[in-house]
Amino acid sequence: MKNELIKPQGLIKNANRRQFLKTGSLSVAAAGLIMVGCKDVEEINPMPPMGDGVMLGSGDIGILNYAYALEQLEAAFYGAVIQGGYFANASAEEKTIMGDLEKHERAHKEFFKAALGDAAIADLEVDFSAINFGDRMSVLNAAKTFEDLGVAAYNGAGQYIENVDYLLIAGKIVSVEARHAAAIRDLLNPGSADFAGDDLIDENGLERTLNFSQVLTAASAYVTTPIDFSQLPS
Amino acid sequence: MNLLKLLDKMCPETNSPEEKDMFFSRREAFRQFGDMSKKVAMAAVPLGILSALPKVAKADTASLIGVLNFALTLEHLEYRYYQMGIESGVIDGADSAIFMKIRDHELAHVNFLTEVVGNVLGGTPVAEPDFDFTAGGNFMPFEDYGQFLALSQAFEDTGVRAYKGQAGNVMENDVVLTAALSIHSVEARHASMVRRLRTKKGQDDVKGWITNGSNGTLPAATQAIYAGEENVSHGGVNVVDLTGIDAGAVSEGWDEPLNKDQVLGIASLFLA
Repeated sequence: MKNELIKPQGLIKNANRRQFLKTGSLSVAAAGLIMVGCKDVEEINPMPPMGDGVMLGSGDIGILNYAYALEQLEAAFYGAVIQGGYFANASAEEKTIMGDLEKHERAHKEFFKAALGDAAIADLEVDFSAINFGDRMSVLNAAKTFEDLGVAAYNGAGQYIENVDYLLIAGKIVSVEARHAAAIRDLLNPGSADFAGDDLIDENGLERTLNFSQVLTAASAYVTTPIDFSQLPS
Repeated sequence: MNLLKLLDKMCPETNSPEEKDMFFSRREAFRQFGDMSKKVAMAAVPLGILSALPKVAKADTASLIGVLNFALTLEHLEYRYYQMGIESGVIDGADSAIFMKIRDHELAHVNFLTEVVGNVLGGTPVAEPDFDFTAGGNFMPFEDYGQFLALSQAFEDTGVRAYKGQAGNVMENDVVLTAALSIHSVEARHASMVRRLRTKKGQDDVKGWITNGSNGTLPAATQAIYAGEENVSHGGVNVVDLTGIDAGAVSEGWDEPLNKDQVLGIASLFLA
């Protein structure tokens, strides 16, 4: 069962999507023009795995591990939330929300672990010492950070996914992360426009995207395990 | 994201060196006209440049135009709905910041998609249809705030499913895919907000996320919007069996797509 999702074919690049580059880049270079954005994803980074960290890997497997890393972080966070003093004394509405988010993120995490099978990275070590789990504002602000980060991460990674089935799975999850993010933001500032605030959404109505490096740098404030993402597509 | 960046990242899908050279040189020429998102001097752009762009990867471009015009139709519907709602005065004053923001986003989406279809892809942006938000006299959303909220939830949840269903159809173009994903998550934020607002007002018991395939207290005509949301298996993995987490919570954790025909079937209820 767990091998159904990850098929070897998923690792094979979609030739049509990138094939023009093989000759196209020569042509463009000859014309003296700068080619922006039309990059090949086949670059091989020779950086070796880190001794005490995890290596996400390359291609779609690498991106699924990237998602798995973020879901591990979120699941660990909400696992700590529901054990903490804020949750014990929270309103009925907030208890329901936090309880739901704990289950959703745990389900996401376990799903990715099963789907990746032998290719899954190890469990990450987290450090939530900067979060006061007895304090409502501390917990909600951390939740806001994690949920907004998750949405931006999935939105930014989508373009690198080669397998349409994986893209759909990521799409099914990212909208739920966005639903979470909006709810948390509304708890922090009820009745305002912050649920979809201008800090995240631009004048075209498009939500922020973040690249692998930006996301993992932000996450590194809470994840102590080194994460090598050097083989992810770019 | 501005449209020049979008243009920058579009890549010619052709093996002909001549066509590639033309693409990149035309793009450079196009660039000189400035930021299209600010509508600078669009009338002055030579027609030859606009017509040259879609010549590259014509089949792919036609497909993208089709998908984006489908999305644009939905954005027209949403924008007009919120604009009429705001103008009607039906919205509670305490909630006006929420619906002004949603209205602004839908208008931005209309403008963005219109620009991309018309000025980047060289297609014809779909015109705004005539809408009947009473659905043939069945609803009074601009007189009854509860009904306004109910239809708002219906439109937002439909929008999320519609964009999700099209992701695979635009994945060959990285920039269009990223833009679509970046609209998709905004629609999901709207949906979460409106759903929770309805429950806060005692009109429903829905949460920000969709439990099983439930449409809560929405009219029966909306059931198609939630059909299939009860799914708990992804990529061949039954997540309830895997985790022991209840099926309701697992169903909440994944949103499901709708295809174009399913979405148009829903939207057609509101076409005049």
